[in-house]
Amino acid sequence: MLISMNWIGDFVDLSGLDLPGLIQRFTLSTAEVEEVMEMGRDLRDVVAGKILSVENHPDSKKLHLLKVDGGDKIYDVVCGAPNVREGLIVPFVKEGGMVAGQAIRCAKLAGYESHGMCCSEKELGISADHAGLMELPEDTPVGRDITELYAIQDTVFEVDNKSLTNRPDLWGHYGIAREFAALTGRELKPLETVSLAAFDSLDPIDIQVEDQELCYRYTGLKVRNITKKVSPVDMRIRLFYCGSRAINLLADLTNYLMLEMGQPMHAFDCAKVDSIQVKRFDAPFVFTTLDGVERKIDENTLMICSQGQPVAVAGIMGGLDSEIEDSTDSLLLESANFDASSVRKSSTRLGLRTDASMRYEKTLDPEMTDLAIQRFMKLLLDIDPQAQVISRLTDVYVKHYPAVELTFHKAYVDRYTGIEIEDERILSTLRSLGFTARQEGEQFTVQAPSWRATKDVTIKADIIEEITRIYGYDNFNISTTLSPLHPQKKSQENRADNTAKDILVRTYGLHEVHSYLWADAKKCRALGIGLEENVKLVNAQTPDHETLRRSMGPTLLSILQENRAFAPEFGVFEIGRVVEGIKEDGLCSERKKLGLALYSRNTGERELFYRMIEIVKALGNGVKGIDLQLANCAPQADWQHPRNTAVVMGSGQALGWVCALRPSVARAIDRKAAVITAQLDMAALAALPAGALTYQEPSRFPGMDMDLSLLLPEGMRFADMEPAWAGAGNTLKSVSLIDSFEQNGRRSLTLRFAFSSQEKTLSKEEVQPIVDGIVEKLNAAGAVLRA
Amino acid sequence: MKEKIDSLRQGFEQELAKAASSEAVEKLRVAYLGRKGSVTELLKGLKDVGAQEKKELGQHINQLKKQVEERLSQQVEAIRAAEEQREIDSAQQYDVTLPVGGALGSYHPITVVQRQLEEIFASMGFIVEDYNEIVTDYQCFEAVNIPKDHPARDMQDTYYLENGQLLKTHTSAAQNFILQKYGAPVRAIFPGRCFRNEATDASHETTFFQMEGIMVDKNISISNLIYFMKTMLSEVFERDVKVRLRPGFFPFVEPGFELDINCLICGGEGCSTCHHSGWVELCPCGMIHPNVLKMGGVDPEEYTGFAFGLGLTRLVMMKYGVKDIRDLNSGNLKALSQFRQA
Repeated sequence: MLISMNWIGDFVDLSGLDLPGLIQRFTLSTAEVEEVMEMGRDLRDVVAGKILSVENHPDSKKLHLLKVDGGDKIYDVVCGAPNVREGLIVPFVKEGGMVAGQAIRCAKLAGYESHGMCCSEKELGISADHAGLMELPEDTPVGRDITELYAIQDTVFEVDNKSLTNRPDLWGHYGIAREFAALTGRELKPLETVSLAAFDSLDPIDIQVEDQELCYRYTGLKVRNITKKVSPVDMRIRLFYCGSRAINLLADLTNYLMLEMGQPMHAFDCAKVDSIQVKRFDAPFVFTTLDGVERKIDENTLMICSQGQPVAVAGIMGGLDSEIEDSTDSLLLESANFDASSVRKSSTRLGLRTDASMRYEKTLDPEMTDLAIQRFMKLLLDIDPQAQVISRLTDVYVKHYPAVELTFHKAYVDRYTGIEIEDERILSTLRSLGFTARQEGEQFTVQAPSWRATKDVTIKADIIEEITRIYGYDNFNISTTLSPLHPQKKSQENRADNTAKDILVRTYGLHEVHSYLWADAKKCRALGIGLEENVKLVNAQTPDHETLRRSMGPTLLSILQENRAFAPEFGVFEIGRVVEGIKEDGLCSERKKLGLALYSRNTGERELFYRMIEIVKALGNGVKGIDLQLANCAPQADWQHPRNTAVVMGSGQALGWVCALRPSVARAIDRKAAVITAQLDMAALAALPAGALTYQEPSRFPGMDMDLSLLLPEGMRFADMEPAWAGAGNTLKSVSLIDSFEQNGRRSLTLRFAFSSQEKTLSKEEVQPIVDGIVEKLNAAGAVLRA
Repeated sequence: MKEKIDSLRQGFEQELAKAASSEAVEKLRVAYLGRKGSVTELLKGLKDVGAQEKKELGQHINQLKKQVEERLSQQVEAIRAAEEQREIDSAQQYDVTLPVGGALGSYHPITVVQRQLEEIFASMGFIVEDYNEIVTDYQCFEAVNIPKDHPARDMQDTYYLENGQLLKTHTSAAQNFILQKYGAPVRAIFPGRCFRNEATDASHETTFFQMEGIMVDKNISISNLIYFMKTMLSEVFERDVKVRLRPGFFPFVEPGFELDINCLICGGEGCSTCHHSGWVELCPCGMIHPNVLKMGGVDPEEYTGFAFGLGLTRLVMMKYGVKDIRDLNSGNLKALSQFRQA
């Protein structure tokens, strides 16, 4: 919203104050000022000039040669404006002067010297009108500086509308002026109005508020014999500076009132509208608003009607048919108050947001409807004293807001602010903002003014805001709390996440990525991955993003594929959320998962698979100090390899999976690379009991390692061999894999059996029989020593 | 005999001078001190001399023997040292400037900044909490004083799910949960992912991170709020930042503020980043609305508190000069692999 400081000056005397500094304080105490603009400050030597003579230019149809009286002397001017005529007084920039930031010098136009320039309103910067020269009244003193004649020089600032959403009172200059009065300690002048009591004997307007739910108040007045059509220049300048467009006197006055008081008004042509009904319709219909657009009105939209015919969308826009025109000489003036939420919804439904609806949405003060009409009449009669009121001020006041009275102790203010603000300052601040405030001992009783009582001020904390914002947050002494401190341990989950990230990044060189909560159907299709059925968004931006992801796999596979050029070998991971369908209580089963994916053009799929197992096991050990186990399992999704998918178990609980890819999917990612992916449930892993460490005294005696190279029968797994040494006694400390290779289609493993004793140095004679026993059992299982 | 000893000594010194390898020295040792060595022979010859002479000669021979032993070991050491020196001199000097290694992992920049923040807040006694991404309407709106029909719901374009739940639009959605879980007093931060259904461009994303914090106790004041925000932000930016508070409207706080910090690019002089104002809007904050405390099971007459919401994603962009917000969720390792330290 644009605010004119000249306008503010009508209501509070800011003379002698530093305006930029004040506007800055407004930002810090009230609402954010986005931009400050200086208007009309770049005019120099622009005066009221009288055109003494007009001659046609001999070589140009458009140009004229003028003699212009600039007050000090007569200037020869070449001018192309269509409305030049003898005797006309216009804004005239003398040679050497300046307009719109441009210096006007003597220039030759089509062979003739021009020693100045006659201006249009647009050139002066006071409207968008560039049709011809601005015509000044006949009695304008020639030679007078234009900035003395009209309030062209102004400081205008723009307030961010969003920062005014909770302040219905700030949607007009008068409310803003009240803030400046409070900030400067200067007096806020009352609005000048005319009393309409003299017309109480006239007939009222027939106003029927049929919908008492959505219309809170409807005030109207009829006026006739309006003779003036054009608004005074200064009014038009203000409207223009504040982003409005001058149309005709009556339309301008309603806009002016809205910008001044924040009260939207509507002027109906009295010839077309003479009674008012406020209601909703039972069935939808089409209505043409004054912007000429046909709009579908449904049964939820509040309408203003006359003789049963709709004439305006309440609080949003009038209808084309009842619009005031330049010929209108009598009007029915509406100043009303409608339900904020209803206006907002109707405006959204219609896709029509107007200056009026924007204000109604903020829950305006219904107390100001009649005041606005009295103010309107004051302005109208000043401009057009012939205007005649022909009805009583008719007022249907349906819903009053209850008064908001709050009581609080000084101690409450002290506690909430943390600083000491004097009693007198509290009282004067609140009073300057229109609150009534009184103090009895330590207790304050405050009543909010009607313009703050519609929704804005409801609780004691709201009063704190009023006091502190005017006090100024920059003036606060700041201090730490005196609260006792308690040790705060990091949660299991937080620690698990961070440890996992460190292991993956620092030990295994993986890269952490982030992706989206939804599956990307398009990317899945490209990889031949079928989209898993899951909960959907109802308002996704594209159907391809509507299904939430059930697993981290597909997202990470896409990321691998997109990063193929990054390195011949790399891995990524993400700790993110997936949704595993809907639970019994109807809520989503959201789980926090760690997704892992490895890519390599250097090693084969098997090596990569084993590397993934190593990483997963390192996570079990690093995060919880437990050994994770893997077992082959059926794939859970169609993109997983039917044979090489394994479940990861920890403390008897399934925590996730490791898998190779279905060959077609693997090929879609990269024909020349191996890809392995895995997923762990981080919340479940974090929740497992940590493995307890039982310290083993290191043996003081040398141990003995025995290596066995074994040829395995087809299909035999390491786990199948484990029973062979299960009963080998406590001198066998560990069995580790030294080598693994395949020859002639059979798998060979070299295992190292480490023996040691706490009591003595073991001899070959003691160990050999144990090894022989193991070999015997292995033979029985089909594994033989390799020759 | 004595002459023989002296000539032997002289001969030894001459031969030793020529012995340039450890083999030659060993040969010399055998020749003098071996079983049939010259010195050994001398000692053997003593049995043929008289007792008086034997004692004197014996001393001389032993002296010689000791001298030979010492000189030999000196020579061995000198040769070893010379050989090692030759080895050292001929050794290749490694190119320490060779760009070796390189396959290091990386943290997502959100993790990097989140950890810094968590560390700062943990040091000030805040617990770190985590919360769901999918929440109910109650958690996201009602419980933080945004009733149905409130215009604040228009400000946020919310992703709704088929089952009526929604993707949380702000980390404030966790306030009620935290207040219910810990009661008062409490100080907690809760970073998390938030979602807004809006068109994406270089500065808008559907999916981004915030970090919310609350502190509730008896007598928590606006003065405390400003103190904590200033302290925390000075830690984050590793310099003394100036902060200023402006009134800001958020339904879950009263009074509510917009917090600005002095522009770090121009130091407050005014530049394009701060739209020539010298200030950059950084985080909304305020005193927790009594209704929010009440719904969280905390008595607003007894306790007060403040809350703030930091744009974690925005902080990352400011800190590292990330120009396009979409890089963060792109999975593009050319961008992400640069963040190696956390």
